[in-house]
Amino acid sequence: MELLSNLSLGFDAVLTFQNLWYCFLGALLGTLIGVLPGLGPVATIAMLLPVTYGLPPLSALIMLAGIYYGAQYGGSTTAILVNLPGESSSVVTCLDGYAMARQGRAGAALGIAALGSFFAGTAATLLIAAAASPLAEFALRFGPAEYFSLMFLGLITAVALAHGDFFKAIAMVALGLTLGLVGIDVNSGVERFTFGLPELSDGVSFVALSMGLFGVAEILANLELREKREVFTQNIGSLLPSRQDLRAAFKPVLRGTLLGSALGILPGGGAVLSSFTSYTLEKRLAKDPSRFGKGAIEGLAGPESANNAGAQTSFIPLLVMGLPSNAVMALMVGAMMIHGVVPGPQVMTERPELFWGLIASMWLGNFFLVLLNLPLIGIWVRLLKVPYRLLYPVVLVFCCVGVYSVSNSVFDVGLALFFGFVGYLFLKLGCEPAPLLLGFVLGPMMEENLRRAMLLARGDASVFFTRPISCTLLVLCIALILLLAWPQARKARETAFQEG
Amino acid sequence: MRHLITDIFAGHLFCAAGLATMTAALRHPVGSAMRMGAGIFPLILGGLLAFFGLIVFSRSAFRLCRRGSFSFAVLAKAFTRAFSLRTFFPAVLVGAGMLAFVGLLSAFGFVCAVLVLVIVSGFAHHEARWREILPLSLGMAFFGVGVFVWGLNLPLRVLPI
Repeated sequence: MELLSNLSLGFDAVLTFQNLWYCFLGALLGTLIGVLPGLGPVATIAMLLPVTYGLPPLSALIMLAGIYYGAQYGGSTTAILVNLPGESSSVVTCLDGYAMARQGRAGAALGIAALGSFFAGTAATLLIAAAASPLAEFALRFGPAEYFSLMFLGLITAVALAHGDFFKAIAMVALGLTLGLVGIDVNSGVERFTFGLPELSDGVSFVALSMGLFGVAEILANLELREKREVFTQNIGSLLPSRQDLRAAFKPVLRGTLLGSALGILPGGGAVLSSFTSYTLEKRLAKDPSRFGKGAIEGLAGPESANNAGAQTSFIPLLVMGLPSNAVMALMVGAMMIHGVVPGPQVMTERPELFWGLIASMWLGNFFLVLLNLPLIGIWVRLLKVPYRLLYPVVLVFCCVGVYSVSNSVFDVGLALFFGFVGYLFLKLGCEPAPLLLGFVLGPMMEENLRRAMLLARGDASVFFTRPISCTLLVLCIALILLLAWPQARKARETAFQEG
Repeated sequence: MRHLITDIFAGHLFCAAGLATMTAALRHPVGSAMRMGAGIFPLILGGLLAFFGLIVFSRSAFRLCRRGSFSFAVLAKAFTRAFSLRTFFPAVLVGAGMLAFVGLLSAFGFVCAVLVLVIVSGFAHHEARWREILPLSLGMAFFGVGVFVWGLNLPLRVLPI
């Protein structure tokens, strides 16, 4: 019953004309930008951040969440129609979605993706609402030592679950942690790594960093490729999937939702891992696995729902502990800070209308997406026809203005350019930038909690192992590291990301 | 093969970043176990970074050696291919456009900055044409003033005067 009263509190806060409008607008803008090829959710949210500045905190968060789902959904539209994954979680959508589009069943593919995502979104929202209160109570027992161990576990899992090379991912995390230390040290007040630049004394701007790594770098890499894209714009077919399609998709959607919800909670998991795992699972369970990659509807429905459920439940660690579990959530922390909300277990008790309002808006955002996408698909298709040579200058303008507007500083735009080139170099060297961003956000928090824990324990480092929760978390870390060192597990991890 | 060579560069990069971090961290006090100074955390991080960089480097160097293709010539060839002027040209133009935006925004206003940004970076694409870029830049300038300045009230200077 507590769940119902909490949810009704949330819906009371959200169901005002203003908030509904921002939820709708966020979903619309998010899809609009997310549909553009090469722009994943991180770049989309960073680009649209300035749009939310003038709003009250709840409306701004609602709009940002809407942008996130929109971008996620827009990414799968691009994957199905152009065979271009907007971000790594829609890589698997490309496989069977694009194959369906080539067979003239693009409409059915888009419809299944929308309905599957909506179902997964609804289930995951309910899960968040149910799990939030007990988890937040548990989180209140956390001291600095527990927080440090939890963040350590988070980083290790993020590295273990990220695709790509393990050691390079760890090095990227360490680089991100170091970048996070730039600026004034809160404990002693000295400036570190600022190169004497006063603009850096508040630290590296988060928006500049993410915009550089995910926006500018992507453009630079795309400009180097001189390939032509083929867009399926003719005969999209009926958007409503046939009864046969629905029956075939029902079970994969259910399995995908369960899998995605569970994996999304893991730090570093989120949407990417969920969609890959779901695809592998569906292929294993299928009677005829050879259909996969040639337009099997299970291979689209499962990952699409898993990806959406995972995207949703990755809000749990953020809302309950204030810890971001992936790059998008790291951006949400930055956005919440800009609006004066410090994420953590105290949000639920201190500002319940904000907390439950955000959760209620998640469901509404998903609802709007279905409403929006099915009728507006014609517009998205037309948008996809815009050639890249006209698109990227527009994106660049949005990036520059977006970065500038955070603190009205042209220095930050220069910084975004710098990180754009750094990110371009990373892409060339095969280093994933997402772990770096996660490390960047967690860096200052980790250092502060480590120092506080050591101060409270009077310099006795064994505190991390004598406190039960902290000890459990660290044992998990060690187990994970040992597992990764075990060759067979490493091979399994590699094949999981190469499937398809 | 290809990723082995890129890993050589990546390893060097991480090592260099780690060592630089450690040197910079040494300027700050390390402190005691109870009261950790400003230098200790970056010192540890820099060490880790250099260590993992070394692993990435030596792992691929070892594999390349075993194939007998670890030589300076191979590396130099990969380097010049990756950073030739032809592949780097678009990046230079995009960078120049953004730098122009940075330089022009406060002195000459938003309209000038956007015009130069779109025109300069627009030519980074190999199919760019004047008759498309010019209208696009004008359109973006008008759109930007409408949305960012009037719509969102961002404090941007519009015109040079």
